[in-house]
Amino acid sequence: MPGLILFLSGLLLAPLLLGVTVRTKAAFAGRRGAPLFQQYHDLVKLLRRGQVMSGTTTFLFRVAPSLALVVTVSAAALVAPSIVSPGWGFPGDFVFLLCLLGLARFFTVSSALDTGSSFEGMGASREVLYSALSEPALLIGFGVLVRVSGEMSLGGMYGGLGSGEWLSAGTALCLVAVSFFIVLLAENSRIPFDDPNTHLELTMVHEVMVLDNSGPDFALITYGAALKLWVFASLIVNLFLTALGGSSFQYIAWFPAGMLLVGVLVGTVESVMARLSLLKTPHLLAGAGAISVLAFILSTRFLQ
Amino acid sequence: MTAYLDIILVALILSDFILLGSGRLGNCIRIAAWQGIMVGLLPIATADAGFSFRIAALGIAVVVLKGFVFPRLLNRAIRESASSREVKPFVGYTTSLLAGVLALSASFWLDGRLSFPLHLESAIVVPVSLSMMFTGLFLVVARRTAVNQVIGYLVLENGIYALSLAIVRDVPFLVELGVLMDMFVAVFVMGIAIYRINMEFDHMDSNRLAKLRG
Amino acid sequence: MTITLLFISLCTFLAGGLVPAFLRGNSRFSRVFGPVANVAGCAVGLLGVVLSMLYGPAESGSIHWGAPSGSMAVGIDPLSALFALPVLVISALCALHGCGYMKPYAAKGKDMSRFWAFYNFLTGGMLLVTVARNALLFLLGWEVMALASFFLVLFDAGREPVRRAAWIYLVATHLGTACILLLFSMLGSGGSLDFTGLSLPDRSWAGAAFVLALVGFGTKAGFVPFHVWLPEAHPSAPSNVSAVMSGVMIKTGIYGLLRFILFMGPPPAWWGWTLLGVGLLSGVAGVLMALSQHELKRMLAYSSVENIGIIGMGLGLGLLGISYGIPAMAFLGFAGAFLHVLNHSVFKSLLFLAAGAIQNATGTRELDQLGGLLKRMPVTGAAFLAGSVAICGLPPLNGFVGELTAYLAAFTGIQNGAGTQGALPGIIAIGGLALMGGLALACFTKAFGIAFLGEPRSPGAGSARESHFSMRFPLVALSLLCLLMGLGGWLLVGLVEPVVGMLTTGFGFPVATGVHASHAESTLRYASIGSVSVIAAVLLLLFVRSRLLARRSVTTAPTWGCGYGSPEPSMQYTASSFADPLTGLFGPALGTGRNLASPGGLFPDRAGFSSDTPDACTDRFYIPLFTGMERLFKRLRVIQHGRINLYVLSIVVALAALLAWKLG
Repeated sequence: MPGLILFLSGLLLAPLLLGVTVRTKAAFAGRRGAPLFQQYHDLVKLLRRGQVMSGTTTFLFRVAPSLALVVTVSAAALVAPSIVSPGWGFPGDFVFLLCLLGLARFFTVSSALDTGSSFEGMGASREVLYSALSEPALLIGFGVLVRVSGEMSLGGMYGGLGSGEWLSAGTALCLVAVSFFIVLLAENSRIPFDDPNTHLELTMVHEVMVLDNSGPDFALITYGAALKLWVFASLIVNLFLTALGGSSFQYIAWFPAGMLLVGVLVGTVESVMARLSLLKTPHLLAGAGAISVLAFILSTRFLQ
Repeated sequence: MTAYLDIILVALILSDFILLGSGRLGNCIRIAAWQGIMVGLLPIATADAGFSFRIAALGIAVVVLKGFVFPRLLNRAIRESASSREVKPFVGYTTSLLAGVLALSASFWLDGRLSFPLHLESAIVVPVSLSMMFTGLFLVVARRTAVNQVIGYLVLENGIYALSLAIVRDVPFLVELGVLMDMFVAVFVMGIAIYRINMEFDHMDSNRLAKLRG
Repeated sequence: MTITLLFISLCTFLAGGLVPAFLRGNSRFSRVFGPVANVAGCAVGLLGVVLSMLYGPAESGSIHWGAPSGSMAVGIDPLSALFALPVLVISALCALHGCGYMKPYAAKGKDMSRFWAFYNFLTGGMLLVTVARNALLFLLGWEVMALASFFLVLFDAGREPVRRAAWIYLVATHLGTACILLLFSMLGSGGSLDFTGLSLPDRSWAGAAFVLALVGFGTKAGFVPFHVWLPEAHPSAPSNVSAVMSGVMIKTGIYGLLRFILFMGPPPAWWGWTLLGVGLLSGVAGVLMALSQHELKRMLAYSSVENIGIIGMGLGLGLLGISYGIPAMAFLGFAGAFLHVLNHSVFKSLLFLAAGAIQNATGTRELDQLGGLLKRMPVTGAAFLAGSVAICGLPPLNGFVGELTAYLAAFTGIQNGAGTQGALPGIIAIGGLALMGGLALACFTKAFGIAFLGEPRSPGAGSARESHFSMRFPLVALSLLCLLMGLGGWLLVGLVEPVVGMLTTGFGFPVATGVHASHAESTLRYASIGSVSVIAAVLLLLFVRSRLLARRSVTTAPTWGCGYGSPEPSMQYTASSFADPLTGLFGPALGTGRNLASPGGLFPDRAGFSSDTPDACTDRFYIPLFTGMERLFKRLRVIQHGRINLYVLSIVVALAALLAWKLG
């Protein structure tokens, strides 16, 4: 039941997280910024519209947005309850989760290539570059969690971590969180990997892949992007919440605070950093992988 | 105190990674300075029982020298030579990072093989200092500019310092100061050398010194 | 009963090979008889294999056949059955595909009897390899398989590159066979070459025997660095033959490796480490080279190297599980490898058959000449899409089943391994599999996206038509198989469980397979439930979306070109440009050559970019090696002087020397 609450609140509040990020950036720039609920207005507006489709496209272009959203929702369904119900999920569910996200990526990349636009091809090419490098970092990070908690499912992993594990292997867990955060920035096309605001086709990754989408399809994509950020953020927040070691009520109480913090953190990173040049972004992702490996080595050492 | 010690050690490794992946000289110098400060704090973090004046003095000397004096000298060398601020690696950044990870794994493996017959404050201090030494050597070999080679030497020295702290609990004060003096002279000489290279050749690319061969 | 069926099947293939061979010139008869014999043989053999799976293994007993060292014996146990199954299914489907695919060749007046003769020999050879119970018989099957596939590669011998490819293949396969011969002479030193009598007399030779098996069978399987023949031979052969070779023939290498290391006793840890390392190297190098190729079939050949790498990593984890005493890792590692053997044979042959259909329809396999094919060839396109999703290891299709199991093995190693013993191989495998997965996604979105989506880049692609029914049917059948095997992944675990049980018992480390199998099954069942619900939800959302749009204006417009008025197909992203960020990142290892023609002048008109990646292993290792050897052997030309009397003299001298040595 608490899991269901977390899942549904995630579905409802995901666009709000983006609002927090936007407001943080505005605060850094000394502006007031868009209202917190702007994303919801945008979604409603898009859902009410008709659509313009490129004549080059095939059924893939119509299927991809829906598929990506469904996959993201199921990812949320796997991740959200894991902090409160240790029995949730099955052994290896996080691998399945990443495979599902890969499926969504296959279709979004294909739908970008479907239009025949060279800009969208460019975005697609960069998307696969980032994903190829971020996946090892993520999975090795999960390897650390498996090692420290001794469990193989998301629910079991978070359930198996407690203050004892944090005392003995806290450094490793913090490093995993850092690595996850870098992956979060890459997977959700945030600065320093991608600037969601430039609206210059040559520089973007995610936004440029959906240049030809419009109307309800674009609403699905926008909402899916917000939810994806929520899922990745909750992976990190859940990890830190285990240090509290409290009841599920406590978890639910602290969870929004954690999410707010991640939102502000993303906004802060976006305000104090410039977008890296495209040639340098792989180094950052390789760095995330290196941090994951370091965390793993430390975890084997601490838990001997 | 072990927790602080571990955090400092992990931060040392991370700074190694940044050094390996960073492309700007200014950045590298700043990171090396941070690394120097952290290494300087190490004896203070290890001294769980007796926090003596000697240890504090040594720590402060290291922090001041490695954290503030050396970076200043290096920065000045760059400024005066007014050369490009890029690292110009022989080995690409991603490959360097991979090498760093390999060095780290190798040092943990080595540590498993070598067993030191003494009580250590932290389970990871030996492998971390070993990996810092490897990284320092790698930086010296794989980077082109003289400044970066100096940074490599600094990292190497930091590793040696950390290892000596781990193995010999009471670092003989004078020996340590001697090492510091050596480093100081080395950086000083390098600084002058960089300046001279630049004056003579209008660049500070040590690779091109090969042209001087008869 | 089972054995009789297998004999009938083998005889059918023999007849299917001999009859067309003797009726050369009667091309029309062979074109019917060849595929019919093949499908019939496959059906009978399949019945035998299924019977053996249901009612347990069977042996023929020894049948004296006059050859030295043992008798002619065939038999089928779980390991044989597992590898014979894809051989028969895929061969039959590819034979069907060949009916339509070979038509253009027949129309050009090519003699089809030769093709079908060798095709039947190839299938028969592969079946014989899997069921032989005598080393000599195994070698016979091995050579029939190698030679038949050599002649099939040589089918289009009019073109120079094809002849070169066939030679490389012949040399590679016989270098492998040489190692296998040495291995057999070691294993058979007890006097008998029957499998029941094979053993190593001296355990200290086990290491050498393992290396020989790895090189000999690894050459056929395509492990890096013995893979160089794959990217040459597979693109040169007709596509249905490449499908058989890449889908099932290379797996006989895996079969041989496992079959013969079973005779070498309990595996030391370094065997597992070697297999894991070779698998990792093959996987990463294979997918990187696949990514940088822009010729469809060459790319698919490299991707086979990658998948063999995944299988090798699974086997390595399994062996390490045995060496380190971690039963769950042993079970899951082997199970992942075997599941991937089955699954890869389905989706790889599907992709090769689709590539053949593309070549027939457009006349080219160069990705940069294709585009927009999904609209013109919807069935082929959908099949290629299914194959691509499957090969990337994505649910709900079957590639995912084996990879998930391999991941489970690796994570189990991390979870249970004491100290660094299980954790180190586990984390290496995880990092490698993750990197390969991401790169495979890049590789196959490239292949599918550039070939099937967008606008056609050449007139040939623009005028493509959907292929003949006989070619579409195997594509649809294999796609459905991909889906079924993906959704019913947990049922496949039951299929490989006895094989793993047999292997672990054979290595002297019996594992309670039932327990571990039920764990893997439950994970796969949950994954299937997840996949089905995702599919259902997508359909529901699509329905809602169509209802939502029913009353709105949905207009069609050209693709957004940033305001540029007259977009052209040549402005699309190409395969080279799509792969460039990744090939650039791994450039130093790949040796990718980039040809950039920058626009110049006041009115720049022509500009272009393309990249080309030769095989680093061939260029940097084999070519120098073989040129060096050639130079060395040229020195021996002195004794090849052409004077018969001197030749006779040298024979006499040699005989005298031998006599002196023997008697002295």
